[in-house]
Amino acid sequence: MVGMSVITLDSLSVPQIQDLLHKARYIDAHRRQVAHTCEGRVLATLFYEPSTRTRLSFETAMLRLGGQVIGFAGAQLASVTKGESISDTLKTVSNYVDVVAIRHPKEGAALVASRAASVPVINAGDGGHMHPTQTLADLATIQSRFGRITDLTVGLCGDLTFGRTVHSLIETLCRFGNVRFVLISPNELKTPQYVLDRIRQTPSCSYVEVSDLSEVIGDLDVLYMTRVQKERFFNEDDYLRLRDTYILDETKLSLAKDDMAVLHPLPRVNEIATEVDSDPRAAYFEQVRNGMLMRMALESSVLGDDLPGYEPLETRTLEV
Amino acid sequence: MEVTSIINGIIIDHVPAGSALKVLDYLDVDPSSARLALIMNASSERYGRKDIIKIEDIGSDDIDLDVLGLVARTATVGIVCGGRIVDKLRPVLPEHVVNIITCANPRCVTTTERGIDQMFHLMHTEREEYRCDYCDEEAQF
Repeated sequence: MVGMSVITLDSLSVPQIQDLLHKARYIDAHRRQVAHTCEGRVLATLFYEPSTRTRLSFETAMLRLGGQVIGFAGAQLASVTKGESISDTLKTVSNYVDVVAIRHPKEGAALVASRAASVPVINAGDGGHMHPTQTLADLATIQSRFGRITDLTVGLCGDLTFGRTVHSLIETLCRFGNVRFVLISPNELKTPQYVLDRIRQTPSCSYVEVSDLSEVIGDLDVLYMTRVQKERFFNEDDYLRLRDTYILDETKLSLAKDDMAVLHPLPRVNEIATEVDSDPRAAYFEQVRNGMLMRMALESSVLGDDLPGYEPLETRTLEV
Repeated sequence: MEVTSIINGIIIDHVPAGSALKVLDYLDVDPSSARLALIMNASSERYGRKDIIKIEDIGSDDIDLDVLGLVARTATVGIVCGGRIVDKLRPVLPEHVVNIITCANPRCVTTTERGIDQMFHLMHTEREEYRCDYCDEEAQF
């Protein structure tokens, strides 16, 4: 993965994703040992739209590996206000830093950035398109809860039309196989056909589409809740009508399995009641931690900085 | 209706009915200056109706078969030499198309970034579905 840009998870092979998951677990267990892995490295966080959570995660990941961080948050502060193209910005910033994390409201902006840059670029979200490190955080959380990311019934609930994290998670889980998807949404926010096609093309995976969460919650191993995002709607009336369609509270949760994991890409609005936070099935704050660990794994991997004492998964598998 | 035969040129047959003008546009053939004949909505045994385009003094190298495959997949190209069809070409759907169609997604980076190519890849052959390389939006023809 050395020198690679990560724009979508499609650019990573299944063994590479497995190794990143393994590496993140190693980092978590060896925080002190890895604290100087990226010493002398600089990460640029180019955030053309605000996303405090994701930016802090990328920056903390680099700082915890011993590297340093530069960047901007909000395009109004950047040279983009003077009309500079993404390509020109990346050609410039490539001279300063070793790795770039970019977030941009336009879909495909990260690909443009990676083609212009001479250092690895990590997509930190390009509009409603891709957010690969969120999916890595989701996978790491499922893995930590169940010890596997296959042979599971995964429910996805809420905005399944515009929810990019949902599409990315489904497509990635299909690559690993053996997952039953339960797609829970109102009619207006159903899963797009190309995502359903992706499940159909995977013989070991299947799906059902339903509109009632309570009816199916008892079957689920994972419940992935999503926010109905205001910024994806052109019409505010549609947003207000659909926003409160699904709210997870303790009453609904009482129908679920004891070991079900509730995931959410955060931030939430009101789709998960705060009373759920103290339930052991709530895994969404773990997801945030896993996101940082996966970004540490990814940043060190694309930089080619070896984690002290780390044995790659492939070597270990071969030895077994 | 009688349309005189061409001596040297090409005949694009089996063009989807009603789309000949659009095909010429995509092929960058200017109807105001080229010597050509258009037959639109002719009867076709295979497709019911079809368009036919005959262009004089042009070779198969002068038209982009990838573009033709993109906008008129059923078309065939007859190469006419000395008044006789000497070869017949069948365009295929190109895997990748550059700067032929533009992305209709208002949120796509191609709407704001200067100097980048409009690029699409073939996603589904049977559905003839192309998607933007940048935002994955389905191409609109």
